[in-house]
Amino acid sequence: MADTEETVLEVKDLKAYYRVMKGDVKAVDGLNFTVRRGEILGVVGESGCGKSTLAYSLISLNKPLQHISGEANLLGQDLMKLSREEKRKLKMKNISIIPQYALDAFSPTKKIKTFIKDMVKQHGRRADKEFMDKVKTRFEIVNLSHSVLDRYSMELSGGMKQRVVMLISSLLDPDLIIADEITSALDVTSQRYVTTLLADLRDEGIIGSAIFITHDLATLYQIADRIMVMYAGRLAELGNADEIVHNPRHPYTRALINSLPRIGIQHKDERLTGIKGTPPDLTDIEEGCRFRFRCQYRTEECDKSPKMEKTHQRHYIRCWNYESVGSDKNE
Amino acid sequence: MSFWNKIKKNENIYYAVTNTKVQIGVVLFLLILLLSIIGPMITRYSYTEFAGPGYEPPSSDYWFGTTIQGRDVFTQTVFGLRSTILVGFIGGLIASIIGVIIGLIAGYKGGWLDELLMMLTNVVLTFPTLAVLIIVAAYLPYRGIVNMAVLVGLTVWPWTARAVRSQTMSLKNSRFVDLSRISSNHIIRILFEDIAANMFSYIFMVFILQFLGTILATVGLEFIGLGPTRGISLGLIMQQAVNWNALELGMWWWGIIPGLILTIMIVSLYFINTGLDEAFNPKLREF
Amino acid sequence: MGKYFAKKLVIYLATFFVAVTINWAVPRFMPGDPILSMIAQFQGLEGGQQIIQERFIENFGLDQSLIIQYFEFWRSLFRGDLGISLMIYPRPVFDIIKSSIIYDIIIVFPAVSLSWIVGNKAGAYSGFNKKADSFVMPFFYFLASSPYFWFAIVVVYVFGFRFGVFPTSHAYGTGMTPGFTLPFIINFIRHWFLPFFTMFLVGLGGWAIGMRNMIIYEKKANYSEYMKALGAKDKLVRRYAFRNGVLPQVTGLAIQLGTIISGAILVQMVFSYPGLGYRMVQAVQTQDFFLLQGCFLALITMALAANFIVDIVYMIIDPSIRASYEEEG
Repeated sequence: MADTEETVLEVKDLKAYYRVMKGDVKAVDGLNFTVRRGEILGVVGESGCGKSTLAYSLISLNKPLQHISGEANLLGQDLMKLSREEKRKLKMKNISIIPQYALDAFSPTKKIKTFIKDMVKQHGRRADKEFMDKVKTRFEIVNLSHSVLDRYSMELSGGMKQRVVMLISSLLDPDLIIADEITSALDVTSQRYVTTLLADLRDEGIIGSAIFITHDLATLYQIADRIMVMYAGRLAELGNADEIVHNPRHPYTRALINSLPRIGIQHKDERLTGIKGTPPDLTDIEEGCRFRFRCQYRTEECDKSPKMEKTHQRHYIRCWNYESVGSDKNE
Repeated sequence: MSFWNKIKKNENIYYAVTNTKVQIGVVLFLLILLLSIIGPMITRYSYTEFAGPGYEPPSSDYWFGTTIQGRDVFTQTVFGLRSTILVGFIGGLIASIIGVIIGLIAGYKGGWLDELLMMLTNVVLTFPTLAVLIIVAAYLPYRGIVNMAVLVGLTVWPWTARAVRSQTMSLKNSRFVDLSRISSNHIIRILFEDIAANMFSYIFMVFILQFLGTILATVGLEFIGLGPTRGISLGLIMQQAVNWNALELGMWWWGIIPGLILTIMIVSLYFINTGLDEAFNPKLREF
Repeated sequence: MGKYFAKKLVIYLATFFVAVTINWAVPRFMPGDPILSMIAQFQGLEGGQQIIQERFIENFGLDQSLIIQYFEFWRSLFRGDLGISLMIYPRPVFDIIKSSIIYDIIIVFPAVSLSWIVGNKAGAYSGFNKKADSFVMPFFYFLASSPYFWFAIVVVYVFGFRFGVFPTSHAYGTGMTPGFTLPFIINFIRHWFLPFFTMFLVGLGGWAIGMRNMIIYEKKANYSEYMKALGAKDKLVRRYAFRNGVLPQVTGLAIQLGTIISGAILVQMVFSYPGLGYRMVQAVQTQDFFLLQGCFLALITMALAANFIVDIVYMIIDPSIRASYEEEG
């Protein structure tokens, strides 16, 4: 839970598009949210909604992805305005990332300990005995033997690699860590372990706060304090995890929750509902609520882009008709 | 879907055609090809006749100058180009066919067959090609364009085989091939329609490499005096230049120009190949 | 690791076996019976023809069955008996090979090593610098596309005759007596330089192109992205990428050895540099059959030895092979 009022990250109207030959892919199109110290913010949505792009725009803006407008203030500094070198200094120490490709994140020709030492030196730290002792303590926290240090990544199993990546990414105690789909390639037990580990790291103060990106709402709910639901590059709904899951007000959020399979209910008793239709083509998007073509609460107003409204304390929504949604209770 | 339809659907063709390297390479190559086709038609001389005085540097009468005996270097070059390109094409074709077949079988079947074929490939690869060619060519009573091409083709195929094999192996496990297998398609159909069709771009690139490999090997043989027994070839021109001390006498046009044309042709082929590699491999495309 | 070497050894043995067999089979099965025509050549030699004929029959076992001939061939090979040169009669072929091989080694070894090292660095530089890339790459392509002998011709013309800086043929000047005297050494090096330079430049092109492509690929690899995401400076990312790009370049070296040796033969021809390649071609031109055989086998052996060295180097630098070694040991 957020224990102070300190804001670690404040994102204001952030827009980042992929500029390709066909045109602009408006992957992140005006996002607003904050993350406080001690908080785990979950970001959830369908594939292609822009959640991974959000991660890239904060950490590694590589062509064809470009920052169009908006701010991302990390502890007061706007990441979008920093020079390359200034931003580089913040990485790993203040803002870090656990990437999607943990299984492929290491150079095949370097031992784990060499990699750690090299990376740490890049940030002006000495990899002396004292530091390596700290590293070994971290190894114990993630339940890995010290011998892993002398290994090459190809000698490690998938689960081990995932843990090493989490260890290295959090090694310099970042104020904010972004976990980008870290559970997507794992089995249920590993998912559980990795998710709990993230929360533990936060509890121990090793991580200041976290953005947990995933398409798996059920896993997210276990550790997220707040949840941001994204749709087609924009915010749908943002609020307290409990409220989002048990009292969703945005039609999309509702549909998402309803389409989750539940244990104990079979097809013959109750059919699984999906969300009719497909996500929009992000190169070809115009005015209006992006979800309206698939929404059962659609009205004429929806042809205009909904403004972001604050429903109550730290709870935001983008929908003209959320009040009527709220009155239909789920089962 | 048939073989050709699968190829046409490939978006890679678009990228291939718009790639700068490919464009430059194709232009250069076509120019030289044109030279080999039209050159012999427009030249006034034949490549054996004594066209004029010897020692002549390039001039309007003798575009590439004359040899020490007075033969026209331009004529020799364009006729030699024909012979070289022909050998390269035939040899490259043979090498590609052998290489593709061996690569497909080794990659798809795996197991002991793969091990055996790979051993064979490695053995042929380890041989210094020219040494083998010298030994065999030395004993051939007659060396014509075709049997030179065959001989050379039989020694350069390992490159293709290895490349095709690794591609086959990665494609073999892809989904659509599995589908093909499930629908009980005959293995030859699987090999050709599914795997080869997807590798077509790759095979094409490989053919280019074999084409230029064959040319280089052949020209080397020609230079040593083991080229086609009759006729003129680029390597032969240069051998004569060296034997007659052309360089010492300052007749740079005799020794250097034919080879320059050859080198430009090979550069153009490499350009095409690299360009195609960029076009077909999304990871290499730069934004 | 044991398995790695065992496989390699089998290939080398097989290659050697095939080479010897080719050597044995070619003259016997070529149309036109080259052996008989070769014997017929010596009709003019007084008394010499008898000896040659006996030698031939002995060496070829022409009076015996094919299978016995084959075994005899292997036997004499193990005795180190490669026959007697017809061209430089009566020097034993083995002798000629011994004195020629040094010229191959002193050109090929430094040229290949240097071109590989410099080529890799140059290619990496080009891979990391887009601006330099478009300037420098066409140059490397040109070098890589040049036939070895043609480039040698250019080098001979420019440095040998136009600017007269270096001598253009043979290993040392006529009238120079071999020995460890300073004038001889200088003369030797001057003669050595142009052939070395040719092989160096042509090889350089190929390695540069290869490494440049590897670097471009490695730059986009996930580990590079991860390092950058964690704030690694460019220099470190490049170091890691280079280290990974080097591996296939070592494999490439093994694959290219055949081509390089072929190129060396041609370069020796242009410079009349008395290595094995030069001798081999001379043997063809003078129909010195035994010398031809001997040179061929020597060249193959050289190629195999070089391959073996490269394999060892690869084993040292590729962790995946060492890893399996640790497992076994």
